[in-house]
Amino acid sequence: MSDAALPTVEEAVALGLTRDEYALVCTKLDRPPNQVELAMFSLLWSEHCAYKHSKKLLMTLPTEGPFVVMGPGENAGAVDVGNGLACAFKVESHNHPSAVEPFQGAATGVGGILRDIFAIGARPIAVLDSLRFGNPLTSERSRFLLDGAVSGIGHYGNSMGVPTVGGEVYFEEPYEQNCLVNAMALGLGETEKLVRSAAAGVGNVLVLYGASTGRDGIGGASVLASAELGELSEDKRPTVQVGDPFEESKLLECSLELLERGLIVALQDLGAAGLTSSASEMASKGEVGIDIDVATVPLREADMEPFEIMVSESQERMLCVVEPGKLAEVIALTDKWEVHGTAIGSVTDTGHMRIFRGEELVGDMSVAALVDDCPLYDLSPAAPTQQLYPAPAAVLGEDADAQEALLTLLASPNIASRRPLFEQYDSIVQSRTVRRPEEADAAVLQLPGGGGLGVSIDGNGRKVAADPYWGTIAVVLECASNLACVGAEPLGTTNNLNFGNPEKPHIAWQLTEAVRGLGAACRALDAPIVGGNVSLYNEGASGPIYPTPVIGMVGRLPDVERAGRLGFAQEGDAIALVGPFRPALPASELARLRGEALPDGLPELDILAVRSAQEAVRDAVREGLLSSAHDIAEGGLLVAVAESALAGSIGATVELGDADDAWTALFGEAPGGFVVSGHPAAIAQLAERVELDIIGAVGGERLHAQAAGAAVDVALADLREAHGALAQLFA
Amino acid sequence: MKFGVLQFPGSCDEADAQLAAGRVGEAVLLWHRDRDLAGCDAIIVPGGFSYGDYLRAGAIARFSPMMEEVIAFARDGGLVLGICNGFQVLCEAGLLPGALLQNTNRRFTSRQVHLEVVSPDTPFTRACAPGELLSVPAKHGSGRYYAPDDQLDAMEAAGQIVVRYAPGECFNGSARDIAGVCNEAGNVFGLMPHPEHAVDALTGSTDGLRIFESMALAAGGAHV
Repeated sequence: MSDAALPTVEEAVALGLTRDEYALVCTKLDRPPNQVELAMFSLLWSEHCAYKHSKKLLMTLPTEGPFVVMGPGENAGAVDVGNGLACAFKVESHNHPSAVEPFQGAATGVGGILRDIFAIGARPIAVLDSLRFGNPLTSERSRFLLDGAVSGIGHYGNSMGVPTVGGEVYFEEPYEQNCLVNAMALGLGETEKLVRSAAAGVGNVLVLYGASTGRDGIGGASVLASAELGELSEDKRPTVQVGDPFEESKLLECSLELLERGLIVALQDLGAAGLTSSASEMASKGEVGIDIDVATVPLREADMEPFEIMVSESQERMLCVVEPGKLAEVIALTDKWEVHGTAIGSVTDTGHMRIFRGEELVGDMSVAALVDDCPLYDLSPAAPTQQLYPAPAAVLGEDADAQEALLTLLASPNIASRRPLFEQYDSIVQSRTVRRPEEADAAVLQLPGGGGLGVSIDGNGRKVAADPYWGTIAVVLECASNLACVGAEPLGTTNNLNFGNPEKPHIAWQLTEAVRGLGAACRALDAPIVGGNVSLYNEGASGPIYPTPVIGMVGRLPDVERAGRLGFAQEGDAIALVGPFRPALPASELARLRGEALPDGLPELDILAVRSAQEAVRDAVREGLLSSAHDIAEGGLLVAVAESALAGSIGATVELGDADDAWTALFGEAPGGFVVSGHPAAIAQLAERVELDIIGAVGGERLHAQAAGAAVDVALADLREAHGALAQLFA
Repeated sequence: MKFGVLQFPGSCDEADAQLAAGRVGEAVLLWHRDRDLAGCDAIIVPGGFSYGDYLRAGAIARFSPMMEEVIAFARDGGLVLGICNGFQVLCEAGLLPGALLQNTNRRFTSRQVHLEVVSPDTPFTRACAPGELLSVPAKHGSGRYYAPDDQLDAMEAAGQIVVRYAPGECFNGSARDIAGVCNEAGNVFGLMPHPEHAVDALTGSTDGLRIFESMALAAGGAHV
């Protein structure tokens, strides 16, 4: 290899390595890295690829359980859903690209997570999203980001023919500069046919297919994803990739047909760090070496340097390993789907990644050094000594009565109907969607051979900011409660940890406590973590985001005909408050509207008591006892009742007789509470199983509520008008 | 009764159309590069984003080898149903009058709508009563039906307006709330909403089945 113009340590630092890490690279190579090698190390040793600040924490999470088919470490995790089928699922973030260019950032986020799913041989069957922005009522930037991200998600998912069946979105000041765009996808495949990504078979051929390789996205993982966002993120726009769902749709069909016909040995998508990451991960998992000739890679621009080809993040590309005898058939199939495959390298026994340009060797490093030897860092967590987040601006006066509070809560961007968003998504393609958005607390998809899946995604940055441990537990519990409301039992969990800069002690503390809470909750619910992602450095000059673990949970229900609904349905049904619900106002949506600062900590709670309430509700839904089931979340009990009334287009009367603090009873929040409705006899039957209060009845066209002096009496039409507040953002 | 459902790169709803048609007959997929209609009695051009909607929705798909066969089949009086992107393809192919423009709200919009059956005499609606309302989902970004006024007058007079959005439910700005039209001969029908997504109460509605049942009746091989 030529030693000409070796990059300096300063160049290594500019690419995101520390000086110590650069020195370690030199030790591993026994010489300074050349440009190709430095580019590859700087990406694979980035936080985004190596999880160097989070790996030790993540290793504490529960990952095993009776339903787990594939755990963390593969492109996606998978759980057994019966009848020989597995559901693959995973959530990933595309936060920084979306903060720079929301449409393409969000679109390629969806594209990336879909590739992860079909890379293990599962056909994508659903997308969900989790979004965070600043206040859209006061911030033009947040409206721009919201509009772009929602359009981008729709553009990609709709064009791919994968339904977007659920999601969540919240608006809080700490996300003003650094929005969050997390996308989750589910896929379905035969358990026996799921593939792993380990390259195997010395002499086998590496085939790259899909889009050609350009200069887009170079350095995305290291420069954009693993550093704080600066004021002038426009400079980074060229590091955002541009997506083409049409190309990906062909890529999907071609990949599944390649697997179906047994033509390939291993499969891997090209995501962050492009060829560098996918090839070295395949080599590492297969404990082999790989040779790549960059001169054979189809390019969009003729004069690309070897390092650019190796790190390009051009979208819609896949890499597979093929036995030489099947190469012609593989190429023919990629031609059928117009995603022209090219042999770009081979599997070797060297244990090295060797990069050639024609005959010339331009990079040579051991796979172990690239993939396994990145130093892992211990965090230095320290609880903050003062409040990190300023109190929000008050929008609800101290003298507001309960009715005004209810209407203001329903119109709050955090609670208002998400219809203007989800109407931009195709939620029904593939003919599986049994419960669409706003029909139930979780999306429900029917499975071939009977039964179905319930799926939910949740996060609550404000609660986690108030108490990273109990706040994270609350998020996991809410996910499981959503599943319970449709009659589904959790099978597995995925998570995306969106946090600030972990090198700062208070962020390290948030992260450490949140992961501890995540582990505790998943253990208590027997809902192991099968995969996930970490997005750190979500902060800018105005401070860190709220710590935002986003949890996705997949569950199974035996009979989709009985999948629960959230809307009241039957005049005369009894309404019951179910579960060990201990509401509190601090950190609630009402507290935010009143402009209150975050509390220092949340009340402890009995996770197992919540679990047993979830089980009681789930069983009641499965037995067909209930007309509706809805978990109590943002806005508390009265908002939950109003949502059920709106979803069913039927009124309700509720009375909370002996509540000593009416406002806490009406609007306080906590995990573990459900509003259900059903025939009085059915509710009586449920009362034998779980803590329950009958609080009212379904009927009429108004919502009446009374609690210790606080009274609400409002027409459904007025509730609906308040609840429709988000429409103005999309007018 | 054998239905053939076209499959282009970028098609999305072909499996749904196959499932729906399969409820009243046999249904097979037909690959865009082939030229064999496989003895099908009726052709469905499905929804999706054929060729990524590049150039214009439906503008590239209409040149595929299989579409040449479909055009000849239609000219011979064969039944052809175009749904959503399929409607766009049939307009581009000149099998149906008019064109589909971007929605007036300039957004992809997905919503359950009611369709009013305006012409119950076509081979696609004969199982429906006049004025019957069908609950069917619509989901598209370019579904604004357009044709010049004098042409629309002529089409109305000739009974070519097959389905309209129910009053107040047209979200895309279509001329005269038109949701679907047929050709003069009545054997080619295109509509933006998705009857194939309304064939099972579990997933929303069964009203869309009427379209497939009508086609089976028309073809004389009904299993209904």
